[in-house]
Amino acid sequence: MSNKIALSKFQLDALVEVGNIGMGHAANSLSKMLARKVQMTVPYINFLPVERLTEMFGNVEALVAGVYLEISGDARGKVLLLFPRDSALALADIIMNREVGSTTILSQIDQSALMEIGNILIGSYLTALNDFTGLKLRQSVPKLAFDMIGAVMDFLIIEISSVAEEALVIETQLTEPSNKIKGYVIFLFDPGSPELILKALGVDK
Amino acid sequence: MMEEPITVRIATLKVVSEPAVLVSRGLGSCVGVVLYEKGSGIAGMAHILLPSEEFSLKKDMPEKFADKAIEIMMDQMIQLGAIRSRIVAKIAGGARMFISSAPMPERVHVGERNVQAVKKKLKEMNVPIIAEDVGGTRGRTMEFDTKTGRVKIHLADKTVKVL
Repeated sequence: MSNKIALSKFQLDALVEVGNIGMGHAANSLSKMLARKVQMTVPYINFLPVERLTEMFGNVEALVAGVYLEISGDARGKVLLLFPRDSALALADIIMNREVGSTTILSQIDQSALMEIGNILIGSYLTALNDFTGLKLRQSVPKLAFDMIGAVMDFLIIEISSVAEEALVIETQLTEPSNKIKGYVIFLFDPGSPELILKALGVDK
Repeated sequence: MMEEPITVRIATLKVVSEPAVLVSRGLGSCVGVVLYEKGSGIAGMAHILLPSEEFSLKKDMPEKFADKAIEIMMDQMIQLGAIRSRIVAKIAGGARMFISSAPMPERVHVGERNVQAVKKKLKEMNVPIIAEDVGGTRGRTMEFDTKTGRVKIHLADKTVKVL
């Protein structure tokens, strides 16, 4: 089996649609948690050579909070949520009921809150995916890092390199009305998993 | 005049004989390896991703592997006139970036694995490591000035350490 995945435009569109539905659910959960309207869109879905992953974001030294989860079950993959520094701090302020802008350093509790956001977002996404495809998917305990984006992402490239030449990247952008919070969700499916999802959707041919 | 730093991107390397500042930005579990010949300014930097070919499906970029990258840098430096026995190394990176709220059974971490591979290769080639800043839980930017032989490690909180 080739480790490069060839998908038709139609199949990519199907994956985008699943992504949109999943992210719709995730955005609803997050809107409730933050008591403000959060929107999530899937602006980008593509295959990238694994070494080029960090360069998607331009400045690899920019500070981000990263929440990392692994997906297992009928399909396997990894998810990384990235919040630019200011967004991560604003998120923590909103969840902890502080004035936005009052935090400059993430406390232990803030960090737990960000991990919980990761849990909820990915949980609702996977639930939607399960409703849609019947695939049973589990998520691992989240892990957090707050550092330069290159440093936060390079272990992902290392892990993916051993199983794939290219990564299927579903990049989701998260926005809300005050524009204080931006975020990205990157799904990396292990080889074989996109095909499994497409098969479950009935668009494997 | 300050030279414009040359960025050594992930999974690549750069060897120079003219004065330069080489920089690997945002090293997490990757390892930055600097080799230089004292006095001559012949030097190289590699931004290493993996220990060796066996950890990668794609084998077409030898610069991303610890063993191959160090050999390639050494060869290129010798071609530029460096004397093998005068070459020394400085290394940085190999962190474990993510903390978990629940303890998880961990295999040898990818960062540690990279550091071990770099050290093993340098030992095999009799290249002394004269300074290192490895492991830990923080990302690093490694900056090397070939004129002074000095490495600066920049952390996300703007602190700087000199190796």
